[in-house]
Amino acid sequence: MVNLTIDGKQVEVDEGSTILQAAKKAGARVPTLCFHPVIEPYAACRVCVVEVAFRGKNDLLTSCNTKAEEGMDVRTASERALRARRLNVEMLLARAPAAEPLREIAKELGIEKTRFPVKDPDEKCILCGLCVRACEQIVGACAISFIERGTDRHVSTPFGEESEACIGCTACAHFCPTGAITVEDKYGRKVIHDEMYLGPTTAIRVPTRQAVPMVPFIDKEACIHFKTGECKVCAKVCDRDAVNHEMEDTIQEIEAGSIIIASGFKTFDARRIPAYGYGRFPNIITAMEFERLVNASGPTGGKVLLANGEEPKAVGIIHCVGSRDENYHAYCSRVCCMYSLKFAHLLGEKTKATIYDFYIDMRCFGKGYEEFYHRLLKEGTKFVRGRVSEITTLALTEKEEGKLIIRVEDTLLGAVRRIAVDMAILAVGMEPSIDHNRLAKTFNISCSQDTFFLERHPKLAPVSSFSDGIFLAGTCQGPKDIPDTVAQAGAAAAEALALADLGKVELEPITAVIDDKLCSGCQICVGLCPFTAITYKKDEGHSEINDALCKGCGTCVAACPSGASYQKHFRDEQIFAEIEGIFLI
Amino acid sequence: MSNAKPKVAFYWCASCGGCEESIVDLAEDILKVVAAVDIVFWPVALDFKKKDVEAMPDKSIAVSFINGGIRMSEQEEMAHLLRRKSQIVVAHGACAHLGGIPGLANFWNKSTIFRTVYHTTASTDNPNGTEPQPKTSLDGYELTLPVFWDTVHPLDDIIDVDYYLPGCAPHRDLIINAVTAILEGKLPPKGSVLAPNKSCCDDCERNDSKPDKLQIKEIKRPHEVLLDPKTCFLAQGVICMGPATRGGCGERCINGNMPCRGCMGPTDQVYDQGAKFLSAFASILDANDEKDIERLVDSIVDPAGTFYRFSLPSSILKRKKLEAVK
Repeated sequence: MVNLTIDGKQVEVDEGSTILQAAKKAGARVPTLCFHPVIEPYAACRVCVVEVAFRGKNDLLTSCNTKAEEGMDVRTASERALRARRLNVEMLLARAPAAEPLREIAKELGIEKTRFPVKDPDEKCILCGLCVRACEQIVGACAISFIERGTDRHVSTPFGEESEACIGCTACAHFCPTGAITVEDKYGRKVIHDEMYLGPTTAIRVPTRQAVPMVPFIDKEACIHFKTGECKVCAKVCDRDAVNHEMEDTIQEIEAGSIIIASGFKTFDARRIPAYGYGRFPNIITAMEFERLVNASGPTGGKVLLANGEEPKAVGIIHCVGSRDENYHAYCSRVCCMYSLKFAHLLGEKTKATIYDFYIDMRCFGKGYEEFYHRLLKEGTKFVRGRVSEITTLALTEKEEGKLIIRVEDTLLGAVRRIAVDMAILAVGMEPSIDHNRLAKTFNISCSQDTFFLERHPKLAPVSSFSDGIFLAGTCQGPKDIPDTVAQAGAAAAEALALADLGKVELEPITAVIDDKLCSGCQICVGLCPFTAITYKKDEGHSEINDALCKGCGTCVAACPSGASYQKHFRDEQIFAEIEGIFLI
Repeated sequence: MSNAKPKVAFYWCASCGGCEESIVDLAEDILKVVAAVDIVFWPVALDFKKKDVEAMPDKSIAVSFINGGIRMSEQEEMAHLLRRKSQIVVAHGACAHLGGIPGLANFWNKSTIFRTVYHTTASTDNPNGTEPQPKTSLDGYELTLPVFWDTVHPLDDIIDVDYYLPGCAPHRDLIINAVTAILEGKLPPKGSVLAPNKSCCDDCERNDSKPDKLQIKEIKRPHEVLLDPKTCFLAQGVICMGPATRGGCGERCINGNMPCRGCMGPTDQVYDQGAKFLSAFASILDANDEKDIERLVDSIVDPAGTFYRFSLPSSILKRKKLEAVK
C-alpha cells in the first residue's frame, strides 16, 4: 500500500495506482478529457495537471499517468496547478472551440475566451488520440491513426478513404471525449430515440430483465474480443473479476434416474403470413414485442408509442395468428385470447386509443377469464368477430392515408370492413421449440399430429411419455397457459419423485424377444425399433433386444422376416390356437 | 431282408425335372449312394413300371424321394402308392415342399389354364377346340388321361410326409446330408425340414454391408440397376427374399449377383413366407405420406409372384378363390 497526501488529506491506495485514482479516493475533483479507465493513460490533453511535492522537488505532473508514491504531497487545485491547467485549456480551446466538455471545463476554470487565435470555430477534436488508442488497444483493428503534421494533424483512416480494417464497431465514437467523431447511420432506419431503439443489443448483456439467473452472457458472434482478440473492456470494468473470455461451452454428462422434459415453445413467425405485413410495414408488432413495449423497464418505460414516437389513436389486436388456421396450425394455442384481452386492457389503461379486437371465437375458459372478458366488454374495447384477411397501407380514402388498414369480414354484421388503425398487434400462436425434433429423437418421444410431444394417455397419463422415467411438462406437450404448466410440472416432478422413492422400475412384461438361435442378423428390425432397444451384434451375427428399453410395441415382431423375433404371450402358435379356440365354440 | 441294401425310390410329379437333375448333380457321390442303396424305382432314369412298385410288399422301400407338386389324379395315385410302400417319404425340392413355381397356377383354375394353353396362345393351332379329356373313345378303344385339377398341392396336402428337402433344386450338400442321415439312422424329428433354420442372411457375405437403418426409397428390378456384387440387395433397392428364406442353399443366386427368390421356403417358425416378407419389406419402405406409399407399392411388379414365388400352395392363402377366377 502507498500513503500520500491529497490536498492535505491522507489517503492509502494500492501499489501501482495513479495520482488521479488517489485523488478520486480522496474526493478531490481533477478534470480529465483524454482519460478513460479502460485505456492506458497517455496524458495527451494535460487538463489533469496537478502540483506534486516529492523528494524535495515541486513538480507539475499529469495525474492520469503518474504513479502515486509513498510520501507524495499532491495539490490538485494549487495556484500553480490551476494556472497551468488554465493555460492548457485555453490552448485546447483555440484548437477545438466547439468541444462541449472542454468548454465546460473552461467555464469551471473561469475561462470565458481563449487568448490564442482560433483556426476553425466548429472544430471539436482536441487531438488527444483516445480514439486511436481505443481502435488499437481495445478493438485491435488499427483502422485509424493521426495523419499529416503540425497544424494539419488530424485523425483519419489511411488516405482518408474507407478502411477495410474498420469493423464498424463505433468504439472510436464511443471513446471520443468531445464528440468529434460521429457514426453515420447508413441504413436510413428511423430510430424512435436512442433509448427506444428496439434493435440489437450489446455483445455482453442480460437476456431479459426477467432472466433467471439474472446474469449477463457474452454473445460470441457480436463480441469484438472474439473478432480481433483485443477489447475485454467488460472484464476490465468488472470489479468482481467475473468476466472470463476463456470459458468454453462444456458438455456435461449427468446420470439421472428420470428426466422431465420441459423444452417449451417458440412463437409462430408472423412473417409466414405475408398478408399481415409483419416486417414489411412499421407499427405491426407481435405479442412478445408489445409485451416488451408495455414493460415498465422496457425501452419506452412502459409507454405505448408508435415508431415515430407518437401515441397511437387506434390499435387493432388480431387473434389466432398461425393458430386455428389450416394453412399453418390447425390447433388452438389456448393462451392468445386471454393475453389479447390483457393487451386490450393495458392499452385502455395506458392510452386513449380506440381498441379493436379481431377474434374468431372468444375462448375464455379458466378461472376468472370469462369475467375478465365481460369487464373488457364494459371497458369499451370494440370486438369484431371475424378473421382478418389482410393488413395493408393502401389507402382508399383520405382518412385512411398513412394508416394501417385492417380488412376483415365482420361475421356478426355480415359485411366486409376496412378499419384504419395506427398499430396492429399480432397474437401469434405457439409452436414446438426449435430443438423439438432433435429432442424427440434423443428421448424417443412420439409426437402427436400437431407435432407436440405425445403423452402416454391423454387422460390417465398426461405427464408421462411412452418411455419410462421420461416425463413431460409444459408447452412441449401442447399449448397451455401458466397455471396449467405449473400444475403439469408439479405432477411431473411428483411422478419423478415417486419413481426415485420406489428405487426400482417395473418393466413391461410383454416385451419382444429375439431368439439368437433363429436370428440370421438381417437387421431389418434394428432401424425400426422406436425405442432403440435393438442392437445388432456383428461378431455374434445376430440382433438382441434390451429388455429395459423394449416397450413391447411389436414392430420388430411384425417385421422379422424369419420369425426369430417374437412377442412374449403373443407368439404365432398362441394366436392361431386362440383363433382355433374361437371356432371350437 | 436285413442283409439287403436299403431300397430307394425317386418319383417326379408337377415339377420341372430339376430335382431329378439334382440327384445326377451329385456327380461321383452318386456312386456312393448307388453303392449304399438299391434303387428300386426311378422312372426318369431306369426302366421301372408302376406294376413293379405295386408288386412290392408294403413298407418295403426304405425311402421315397418325391419331387413336384400334386396337380393331377395320376400324381395323387402315385403319391399314395409310394406312401404305402415306403417307410419314409421325403418331399424333394421346393414344389413338393411348398408347391413351387407350378403352384403359381393357383391364381387360375383348370378352365382358365386350358383356355390359355389350348386356345388363346399365339402358337396354338387347335381349330376343333380340342381339350384333353379324362376318357376318350377311339376306334372302339377307351383311352384315359389323368384328371387335371384346379389346384396345385404341396405333397403333404395329399400324403403324410416325413421330411422335406427344400430348394429349387436342393443343394447337393443337403441331399448328401439327408441320404447319409437316413442311411445312418440319425434322423431328426418327423416333419423336419432338412436344412438350417436360420434365414439366408446368416450365411450371406453381403449381410454386413447393410446400413445402420435399412430403408428403401425406390424399388428397382435387377435389370434396372448395375448391381454392386458386395452390397446387400435390399440396400440397393432390389427385392431380395433372403431375410425371409431359409438358408443352407449355398447362396447360389446371390453369388451369381442375383437376389434371393425364396425357393428354400420360410423358417420353421413362420407360417406364411410371402406375408412375413411383405410385413418386413413394408416396414423398411421409406415413404412418409399415403401418396408416396402408393407410388412405391405400385412400383412392385407382380407382387404375388414375387413374394409367393415358391410358397403359394402351402401358404395361408393357398390359392385364389375359385369362384373369383374367371
